[in-house]
Amino acid sequence: MQAFLKTGKSGASSGSDKPQGGSVERRKPPAPWVEKYRPRSVDDVVEQSEVVAVLRKCVEGADLPNMLLYGPPGTGKTSTILAAARQIFGDMYKDRILELNASDERGINVVRTKIKNFSQLSASHVRPDGRPVPPFKIIILDEADSMTHAAQSALRRTMEKESSSTRFCLICNYVSRIIVPITSRCSKFRFKPLGEEKIIARLQHICELESVKIDPDAYKTIVKISGGDLRRAITTLQSCFRLQGSEHTINTADLFEMSGVIPDYLLDDFMDVCRSGNYERLEQFVRDIGYSAYSVGQMMEQLVEFIVHHPNLTDPQKAKICEKLGECCYRLQDGGSEYLQIMDLGCCIILALK
Amino acid sequence: MALWVDKYRPRELTKLDFHKEQAENLRNLCKQSDFPHLMFYGPSGAGKKTRIMCLLREMYGAGVERLRSETMTFTTPSNRKVEVMTVSSNYHLEVNPSDAGMYDRTVVIDLIKQVAQTHQIEINGQREFKVIVISEGDELTKDAQHALRRTMEKYVATCRIIMSVNSTSRIIPAIRSRCLGIRVAAPSEAEMTAILQSTCKREGLALPVELAKRVVDKSERNLRRALLMLEAAKVAKSPFTAQQEVPDLDWQVFLRETASQIISEQTPAKLEKIRDRLYELLTQGVPPNLIFRGLVEHLVSNCDMSIKAKTLELATEYEHRMQNGAKHIFHLEAFVAQFMSIYKKFMSELLMTDDF
Repeated sequence: MQAFLKTGKSGASSGSDKPQGGSVERRKPPAPWVEKYRPRSVDDVVEQSEVVAVLRKCVEGADLPNMLLYGPPGTGKTSTILAAARQIFGDMYKDRILELNASDERGINVVRTKIKNFSQLSASHVRPDGRPVPPFKIIILDEADSMTHAAQSALRRTMEKESSSTRFCLICNYVSRIIVPITSRCSKFRFKPLGEEKIIARLQHICELESVKIDPDAYKTIVKISGGDLRRAITTLQSCFRLQGSEHTINTADLFEMSGVIPDYLLDDFMDVCRSGNYERLEQFVRDIGYSAYSVGQMMEQLVEFIVHHPNLTDPQKAKICEKLGECCYRLQDGGSEYLQIMDLGCCIILALK
Repeated sequence: MALWVDKYRPRELTKLDFHKEQAENLRNLCKQSDFPHLMFYGPSGAGKKTRIMCLLREMYGAGVERLRSETMTFTTPSNRKVEVMTVSSNYHLEVNPSDAGMYDRTVVIDLIKQVAQTHQIEINGQREFKVIVISEGDELTKDAQHALRRTMEKYVATCRIIMSVNSTSRIIPAIRSRCLGIRVAAPSEAEMTAILQSTCKREGLALPVELAKRVVDKSERNLRRALLMLEAAKVAKSPFTAQQEVPDLDWQVFLRETASQIISEQTPAKLEKIRDRLYELLTQGVPPNLIFRGLVEHLVSNCDMSIKAKTLELATEYEHRMQNGAKHIFHLEAFVAQFMSIYKKFMSELLMTDDF
């Protein structure tokens, strides 16, 4: 789904990105809702007051600092900067923006050639039609935390030297993965996860416009599945709508099924099985999980929340289980077998509960 | 003559035997003009591939069943030639990139680019995209998955990807969030029995209830395996009788014996013998992760809880190392040696406490 999400950007970004360039323009597939309902102006952005204030000043004509936007996914980092850029540059948007994200090559060579060349271009302070426009270009480095340290270091001098004509905007999830010399050159803005009401309000707005039939309780479920990630919330809603057809009223069960989230009762069952201390039951339970095709990785992710907030466990028990959970999760990601990892975890819980 | 598995494979979404509601949803999906990337996940023998083929037929009509197979050659950056078998029709292309081993990244990029850059010739009444079916998607290396992520975005106008994976745990989140996940759970035992019965009816055979139950039990909810077993049983003895034996797979028997040998004696000499047996299994082409799982299941079946936990801890550690390492036998053997050591220690302690 997110593939659709990005297509809107690719036209604006690098020169190599021209899949449809030569061919005859075909009928565009209908835009995904995430793209369709992206904020058009800075004022549309939900929450995030500080950065909006700064950008609003800039839209009114002030200068822009180098920026580092960080926060969890789906909080509007990319949307905010794109909306601002669109407002600042208007129809010159395409010439003034260089957007690179993790899926573009972004090694040290690209920093040395593409970014440097783009930043060295000078920008005029008037448009072709004579109206004023801020005399700088913006380079947006999306998902900057996946850039190598070498590539980040290569940015340092470029950022300073070309400050007369270029502003950098780095977007990342984890600010700790950006090297200090870069962070000190940028003003940092943190994006908070969106509150429940804000997400629900947005979803309701979309449902109205798209005439989606939805159970009022289902909104809460979407929020829970998405965990404060508005993009995921909207994508979930749309996929569910597509899968079920427009006649169907979307309810909680559909959403769980669609998103691959494991229903809560299974987690409860898992704890019960572990509490019984019976290895055979545990084995049977794990097999059933496998047969019903639930993902063990997903289960472990949900177990973290579940264990931490579990009312009947003591702190040492929680600590012991969580340590094992971390280990198993890591091994699973690294290619370990699902069956063995979850069995190991189960045994650890059995012992911890004794 | 085709095997039963192929002969009676449902070819249309409406004719599927189980998960009918899901089939209905898939048909809904086809009716709409936009179509997301899909990821079918579920255990083997649950009918992922069947559903994918039905879906393709629903979208493109009977043309997808005219298949041709082709060997494509790719050149890796290090100038090595890699050959991969592909099966394709005019509308879709099926590939198993993990055949290329560590070069799967090249396959993913080159192949998908090739397919995606050609448009469908006739647009009227057709979808404007082709479909690439990637089987065993969870065997893709992380590198290949990252490459896929980029290509998925770039060529979304001309191609869609349908992945078939056993578990989403090994798929990077970026891919997971780009695909619409379709969960294909294994059929329940009742559903399997019904399918076996109807297959036999169509073959003109009578299937005793006891035999059907035994086949279902042995198949571990894997429909493909169940049908193959049933056909094998027919070859062994026809018409069916209620007492008829369903043979176990010989490697499973071999593995069970190996496990009981480990339990019976824990000495370096025995370890050497076990090594030979493990080699035997590996050279027969039994996947090492299945060996590991089988060993653990049999070994822990008659031990104390504390040993069970310890064994699993060791097993997870060595299995993880095995996935990252090159030589599987080292890790298998290390695990066996470790198990012998803790088992022996436990037994001797038990004897000591008995003495007092």
